[in-house]
Amino acid sequence: MGNTIFDKIWDKHVVKKIEDGPSVLYIDKHFIHEVTSPQAFSGIEKRGAKLFRPKQIVATADHNVPTLHQELPIADALSRFQVDTLIDNCKKNGIELYGLGHKYQGIVHVIGPELGITQPGMTIVCGDSHTSTHGAFGSVAFGIGTSEVEMVFASQCIMQTKPKAMRINIEGELHKGVVSKDIILYIIAKISASGATGYFVEYAGSAIRALSMEARMTICNMSIEMGARGGMIAPDQTTFNYMEGRLFAPKGAEWEAKLAQWKELYTDADAKFDMEININAQDIEPMITYGTNPGMGLSVTGKVPTLESITDPTEKQNFEKAMKYMGLTPGQTLLGMPVQHVFIGSCTNSRIEDFRLVASIIKGKQKDPNVKTLIVPGSQEVAKQIKAEGLDKIFEAAGIEIRQAGCSACLGMNEDKIPAGEYCISTSNRNFEGRQGAGARTMLVSPLTAAAALLTGKISDIRTMLN
Amino acid sequence: MQSLQKITSKFIPLRIENVDTDQIIPARFLKATTKDGFGKNLFRDWRYENDDETKPKADFVLNQKQYTGAILVAAKNFGCGSSREHAAWSIQDYGFKVVVSSFFADIFKNNALNNGVLPVTVTDAFLQQIFAQGSDDTITVDLEKQTITIDKTGATETFDINAYKKTCMLNGYDDIDYLLSMKDVIEKFEETIK
Ligand code: SF4
Repeated sequence: MGNTIFDKIWDKHVVKKIEDGPSVLYIDKHFIHEVTSPQAFSGIEKRGAKLFRPKQIVATADHNVPTLHQELPIADALSRFQVDTLIDNCKKNGIELYGLGHKYQGIVHVIGPELGITQPGMTIVCGDSHTSTHGAFGSVAFGIGTSEVEMVFASQCIMQTKPKAMRINIEGELHKGVVSKDIILYIIAKISASGATGYFVEYAGSAIRALSMEARMTICNMSIEMGARGGMIAPDQTTFNYMEGRLFAPKGAEWEAKLAQWKELYTDADAKFDMEININAQDIEPMITYGTNPGMGLSVTGKVPTLESITDPTEKQNFEKAMKYMGLTPGQTLLGMPVQHVFIGSCTNSRIEDFRLVASIIKGKQKDPNVKTLIVPGSQEVAKQIKAEGLDKIFEAAGIEIRQAGCSACLGMNEDKIPAGEYCISTSNRNFEGRQGAGARTMLVSPLTAAAALLTGKISDIRTMLN
Repeated sequence: MQSLQKITSKFIPLRIENVDTDQIIPARFLKATTKDGFGKNLFRDWRYENDDETKPKADFVLNQKQYTGAILVAAKNFGCGSSREHAAWSIQDYGFKVVVSSFFADIFKNNALNNGVLPVTVTDAFLQQIFAQGSDDTITVDLEKQTITIDKTGATETFDINAYKKTCMLNGYDDIDYLLSMKDVIEKFEETIK
């Protein structure tokens, strides 16, 4: 029997398999940020141990940084202390840090790929669940907890049980106005927020092959939102074209050697999966979430489920709780509902292509005067590119300010928050209660659907706005 | 890490599905740089009106005096969402030693085990039986035997845990101790993948 791409990478990195227990898995690259690393650093110190392979770690500050006036000291004392702690820890331990003010700073899952640090065949971890993003390059990448961060500090390994294998095949061509974010929201709505728990997912099929690297990252990014340990896509010419020439990508003879290895990273035709799901790309419409987990999603023109359609009593209770939190009525349509905020950003959709998409819609138009915006590039590099392409002028002319790089309103941690009771059309990945601020009502969408809301101030069907 | 062998305790029933780690510990409490004191912010937004400790929400189970104990029993898909280990720290710091659910999110399960909190997965039917018990009834979790028992009815289920994690839990060892002892092996391994 053949191997999956996941097997090939995983098996190669197993240092030792403990009988009836986890494996000791070797980690090639470890990304860290300010929020989930301090306790791991102090843990190592307490044990009197040293960092084992500091050169395989890259750090950035993203979760807890402001997106305005990054040149000034961070106003919130606790946030500042956390960011300063990261700086200290990196200095003490010889770790490369792209901190605030650094030209490579940005959301950890945006900078890894764009700098060419993320490469096919690697094992990659970070104390952040959206580490699955890096799987778009054909790497085994997943989020870990702080104890595990400490394990990697101590030994460049973690203890992991091999997950089951799932493949999701998406065949066919996408409709106009439908993009990769809609694919993943569609999948999660179909299989639920826990539908892939215990699995590592490979995305395959002609619809996936046709996607750009950035669009692939959006899909892999949200693997965790259906419970998967991670998600990945086999590397191909699109991957290699994207990588060639990037700052930390191999060069010259080394590039050729790596390329030959990377071309071996695919799932054998006779490999077996524990579960396979087939999706027709033609069935996918622009998506939006209506509830308080990413599985509660529907087509933007669809209707919220009715109470009668849910039979399981606990599920019914949860649905009612979500309806109350979101201020919605079962059975209602969402189209035309006014929204107060639009957030374009997060490690799901804050790359240059996302900004190009949005710019293509808003070009020459004005944003709705009632909508407040948080438009946040994923990295300094993306911000630079936005300027280089003149997209900033398009946003400016539409009455929209572009902020500085960071996680921003993806999570209610830094100063960018959505007020209680107000609706936010968001390109991020989580619509949990309070995720964007206590009481905030988040609806997850693609950058295109977000652009439509920017112009109309309402939940709108982007397809009616394309020519 | 604290060891755990066997525990008999009353329990706190949390009849909510898909409890995500943003609910367990909201992001604004993640600014700490130590592991201490997270218990007071456990389920913060469900516990208090407007984040105000003087205004507990009467309908939330942690605020209902009749419910006490070191075992939290939750509906399915507990701990989904963000990988923040702060969720496990806050549950541990609040005083829970065991969390029971019919389904756990992966990362949470690992994080709990790494912090001496035992996640016990039971069947849906057994979970409903637990929820049907009164606030004075107890459950017993025996890690050595891998059983969970509703003491009043005697109903028992066995639960899974891999042998390695079980040994760690019973003895209070953690993975880092183990990995630190493996350094030579890891160095040799590195040579093979260069
Ligand atoms: S953008 Fe959001 S999901 Fe991504 S790393 Fe930052 S906080 Fe996490």
